[in-house]
Amino acid sequence: MTDEVRPAPALRAGPQASSTALLRVRGLQVWLPAPRGAWLQALHGVDLDLDRGESLALVGESGSGKTMTALALMGLLPQGARMSGQIELDGQPLQTLDDTAWCALRGRRMAMVFQEPLTALNPLQPILAQVMEPIQVHRLAPDRTATRARAMELLEQVGLESRMAAAYPHQLSGGQRQRALIATALAAAPDLLIADEPTTALDARLRVQMLALLQSLVADRGMGLLLISHDLALTARRVQRLAVLYGGRLMEQGPAAELLERPRHPYTQALWAARPRLGAGRDQPLHPLPGSVPALGQTGAGCPFAPRCPLAQPRCGEQPPAWDGGLACWEVGP
Amino acid sequence: MSPVDPAASAPGPGVPVLEAEALGQRYNGRDVLRQVSFSLRPGESLGVIGESGAGKSTLARLLMALERPASGVVRWAGEDVQALSATQRRLRRTQVQMVFQDPYSSLDPRWRVGRSVMEPLQLLRMSPQARQERLSAVLAAVQLEPDAALRFPHQFSGGQRQRLAIARALVTRPALIVADEPLSALDVSVQAQILSLLRDLQRREGISLVLISHDLPAVEVLCDQALVLRDGQVVEQGSAATVLGDPRHPYTQSLLAALA
Amino acid sequence: MSRLRLAAGLVITGLMLAVALLSLVWTPFPPDAIDMTQRLAGPGSTHWLGCDHLGRDTLSRLMVGARSAWLVGLVAVGLGLIGGTALGLLAAATRGAVETVILRASDLGFAFPALLLAIVLAAALGPGMLIAIAAIGLHAIPSFARLVNGSAKSWWARDFVQASRAAGQSRWAITLTHILPQLMPLLIVQGTTQFALAILAEAGLSYLGLGTQPPQASWGRLLAEAQTLMFEAPQLAMAPGIAITVAVLGLNLLGDGLRDWLDPKEQAR
Repeated sequence: MTDEVRPAPALRAGPQASSTALLRVRGLQVWLPAPRGAWLQALHGVDLDLDRGESLALVGESGSGKTMTALALMGLLPQGARMSGQIELDGQPLQTLDDTAWCALRGRRMAMVFQEPLTALNPLQPILAQVMEPIQVHRLAPDRTATRARAMELLEQVGLESRMAAAYPHQLSGGQRQRALIATALAAAPDLLIADEPTTALDARLRVQMLALLQSLVADRGMGLLLISHDLALTARRVQRLAVLYGGRLMEQGPAAELLERPRHPYTQALWAARPRLGAGRDQPLHPLPGSVPALGQTGAGCPFAPRCPLAQPRCGEQPPAWDGGLACWEVGP
Repeated sequence: MSPVDPAASAPGPGVPVLEAEALGQRYNGRDVLRQVSFSLRPGESLGVIGESGAGKSTLARLLMALERPASGVVRWAGEDVQALSATQRRLRRTQVQMVFQDPYSSLDPRWRVGRSVMEPLQLLRMSPQARQERLSAVLAAVQLEPDAALRFPHQFSGGQRQRLAIARALVTRPALIVADEPLSALDVSVQAQILSLLRDLQRREGISLVLISHDLPAVEVLCDQALVLRDGQVVEQGSAATVLGDPRHPYTQSLLAALA
Repeated sequence: MSRLRLAAGLVITGLMLAVALLSLVWTPFPPDAIDMTQRLAGPGSTHWLGCDHLGRDTLSRLMVGARSAWLVGLVAVGLGLIGGTALGLLAAATRGAVETVILRASDLGFAFPALLLAIVLAAALGPGMLIAIAAIGLHAIPSFARLVNGSAKSWWARDFVQASRAAGQSRWAITLTHILPQLMPLLIVQGTTQFALAILAEAGLSYLGLGTQPPQASWGRLLAEAQTLMFEAPQLAMAPGIAITVAVLGLNLLGDGLRDWLDPKEQAR
């Protein structure tokens, strides 16, 4: 690879220029090293598609592999992890990139917003400087004045007042920090934004505002948004598409509105049914899901949900159902 | 100090199990809680709703007498908690127990969990067999196997640890449990299990619950009364059905709107 | 890996202890026996490590030196550990005025140079091994006190301790059953580190003539004696130098190994 930091035009239009998908993932598998030379398989073949201007929520509980997916897409898997499968950004394959190429890509073409803003921001730098950094690194503005101006504009777009620019992270509230983090992620105008649980550290009302902000930014800039979350109820109404992950495998995927109204997979249905409904009264029946979530990489043969599934048959425990692009279940037809 | 006989500390009928009167607290000259008042009859439950920084955890600590209030009174079964001597207060603690938010730090990592669950029993005069039976009983009540008692906290998942915390809160047969965000640190499918467990315990044992939570549907399912805290003040209070179903204060309305 | 460290630490430290104990009943030669015919003899078949400028057997003197190191280390650090931990726990459990007094006193004690303390004590009471023990021990107390106080306070804030208070446990019961066990790894590592430092301090004080007095051998004394003969007989300085290094290394390995071994995550396996 050359030393050139700004991506050359050739990188943008890959050989499969006909595909409009911004992000195309096929058969993504990830293995993590375990003690005594064993391997844990964290992801068992995940397929994802994301277009520009679209938002997709990848929903899963702990151990589902959702963070591993985000890390794999950014080339940030932990040391020693193995990956296989195809990842294409605008047609360009990513899984074979080396370190230099990844550095050129990160921040510039794809950016990530992490869960805990306090640890993701540098405590020793005012936030303006942190927003300016990606612009400087990727040489997107001719000089310092222009860089500053652009950074101030970004802060304004995420709803932070200009007087906050000189503030340090610890002087800001949780919501403000998260906004600063988003501004940093957007600084180099990436095509793809991956947000890993961006709202967990925030209160209910702020969460809604944050997601609305992300949605509007994505729509305005024609970006793609991949939202990683454990909260189905929160994200379902605020993204266009939903994918549900369990035990390292996709269970169901489709337009969010459909998964809301007519969930097909027993796990998706169980997630909906498990939440109490506001307005249904004190004595509403509760439908908790029995059993517990398998630890990362510790699912047996067959469908990972089988031990807890109300529809489980013997073959569910023996062979994992095939993924047809929208559903993976032996018992529920298309 | 002689241990207490559990039967002797049950309150008489008609006495509120928990009362707060004009409760207030200050830290570093700043008011973090002001004029909080409510009264709970035995078996009744209260939901404390609010965002972070509203003073919910401070209220929990005051209700548990882990802190002395700057103003106001907390009464357990009609007795002013701060007016009791330290020894008397400790003895009364068999009747008031707590469940914390973080299942990863609420159990001593160096103690086997059976020992942690049985810790509150040291206030009571009980034979070792009786203690073991009580331990088995509460573990069964939270749907954990008896041999769980021999393991260490790090060998359990978050949901299981929270069950252990609830078992510990139940072991002295308290009249009241204060639960500070017991569900927030758990996965969605596990939250439903713990919620269901708490409601069953309420119905079977008649325990009063003070549930501190930002999870409004959970408050609806578990609580008779509710109060909404904002910046240390109560902005709305009443029956849970009214506060959640037909709120009058704009702040409460905005909290509900965020759920839609 | 941690098992290896623990084993290595135990072996080295155990060896040092064995040598020290052995020296009570047997040494190859009487450590104080002067033999001018063997003056500055190099290592050989009779005197394995050679002799010093008075013909005294180096190996025997080294063995006796181990005894001094152990004695001073054990007593001084024991003093610091017990006294300092008690004060630190007291400060963390009571807070308020008691804590302030203890911490400020610790700051004072810490700021006072150990060497100066040793000199003052030696001037007042005459030099000797007891002075070394007293000076090192007194200096170790505030060190432990501050460390324990800081760590104990952060444990007091944890939920499970609050739960214990809510369960009605007294402050003393909580301190002993919840806080102190959590401090074990800290105390072990700090204890072994301080032990190693005590050995070095004792060597230093003896080197200056303030600690173990002649003719009793100690590693510091051996170094002092070897100093003037550095160019004639360098092996005289090497022996105690290596002994000190190995002792300190062994203690550090032991500390690390013990700390890991006591972790409940290890116990459950």
